[in-house]
Amino acid sequence: MDSDVQVLVNGRPVSVPSGSTASAAIAMAGHSRFRTSVTGRPRGPVCGMGICFECRATIDGRPHTRSCQTVCQGGMEIRTDEP
Amino acid sequence: MSRSRAFDVLIVGGGPAAMAAACAAAEGGRSVGVVDDHPTLGGQIWHGRSRKADDKQAAVWFDKIRRANVEFLAETQIVDRPAEGRLRAETAQGACQLQYEKLIVATGARELLLPFPGWTLPGVTGAGGLQALVKSGFPIGGKKVVVAGSGPLLLATAAYLRRHGAEIRLIAEQAPWGRLTRFGLGLVGTPRKLLQGLGYKLELRGVRYTAGCWPLEAVGDDKLASVTFRTGNKTRTLRCDYLACGFGFVPNLELPALLGCELESTAVRTDPWQETSVPGVYAAGEATGIGGAELALIEGRIAGYAVAGQSEQAARLFGARRRARRFAAALARAFALREELKSLATAETIVCRCEDVSRGRLEPHRSWRAAKLQTRCGMGPCQGRICGAAAEFLFGFKSESVRPPIFPTRLENLVDRQFDTLSKPGQR
Repeated sequence: MDSDVQVLVNGRPVSVPSGSTASAAIAMAGHSRFRTSVTGRPRGPVCGMGICFECRATIDGRPHTRSCQTVCQGGMEIRTDEP
Repeated sequence: MSRSRAFDVLIVGGGPAAMAAACAAAEGGRSVGVVDDHPTLGGQIWHGRSRKADDKQAAVWFDKIRRANVEFLAETQIVDRPAEGRLRAETAQGACQLQYEKLIVATGARELLLPFPGWTLPGVTGAGGLQALVKSGFPIGGKKVVVAGSGPLLLATAAYLRRHGAEIRLIAEQAPWGRLTRFGLGLVGTPRKLLQGLGYKLELRGVRYTAGCWPLEAVGDDKLASVTFRTGNKTRTLRCDYLACGFGFVPNLELPALLGCELESTAVRTDPWQETSVPGVYAAGEATGIGGAELALIEGRIAGYAVAGQSEQAARLFGARRRARRFAAALARAFALREELKSLATAETIVCRCEDVSRGRLEPHRSWRAAKLQTRCGMGPCQGRICGAAAEFLFGFKSESVRPPIFPTRLENLVDRQFDTLSKPGQR
């Protein structure tokens, strides 16, 4: 369980320690904006426990997926650039 | 791929109370299931502890539950209670039905996040929130962090983040020095807690800790750049990458409310055996009132023994529970939230993050229900978990009813023909 995992964040490969969540991968890729609010403002993760829904991203084609609750798997496609 | 499981005793939650209850109930020979939305046991406070033994108490309980005859249903989110003795849940594979004779609610707590100007900027997180994010791999090394809000959690969080390479610029506790000193002196009566406190002090030497201090405004364009604080009649601004800010805890009461359990102030009312007003439904841990891991373990054990019919074992823990509750009450008094925190949010400050509803739009309303209907506050994916507690603190709005689903769920799970459709509100 100690080897790194390779995922794609907005099309770019990112290597994360095994067991890391998608939110960690997004942060490692240098993004602070995870989603855009209903009035167009940038948002990032807040609660870290899966209840605030601010960390939503499109993961493997599934929109509104809580990135802080999604463990990275090899080849996972994470996008924060979708509406 | 739906499934159906049945247990003598079903425990909802995965933290200390749930683990203690499961072990006690299993000791009594009952079939026990523990259901939690996390992939591992430990809840929030013991998140990630199953592998690291740095907390002896956690290690003891992880070992106990591994050896106990308990089944853990991981990544399973409770959504509804369609009939007595039955819960409907969602897993990655689809809907799932859980049947039980006795139920123990050990759903824990979440952080109280209060609005202030700029709190919605990326980089502003909960205090426990940032710790949880870093535990799951969020890069924090070399980042400047301010930890703010209230409670002993701030010390634990700051110590953890520092250990992982963060530069802690300030710990800002809103409680005044006088109350903290009195509380600290009171700890002399509980040597282990005193040692724990001193342990943090040692780990955090060189880090500035200021009481009577709270955030006024978080500033940045598209992400956090700096935070302005008030201390007494002075203000001070610090540049930072993260503001980990939490003002204590709020129990997760959606499930007990759905089940019809009587609540008193913001907690489930229980009898000495941890049974709620609904026969066969028990509650333990933060759901019965914020009290920390010690109390959660004791209450969990009492509930577990009680559902297994082992009242003598349960009663032996009543004294310990009394003492733990006294400590929890002292903690609550020491870290009570000051009035000034109610006026941090301006009319333009967003209160409902999901629907971007600002304070000014909420103020004309007299109730949570009216505010919800007129502004959509509380109607977003968090179902009012974040804004509801804030609105209660700011305006005294009490959320009046809970309707299923008690957590966002996929439509395909609601129309699963194998199971009932959503229960009707008020149905028991």
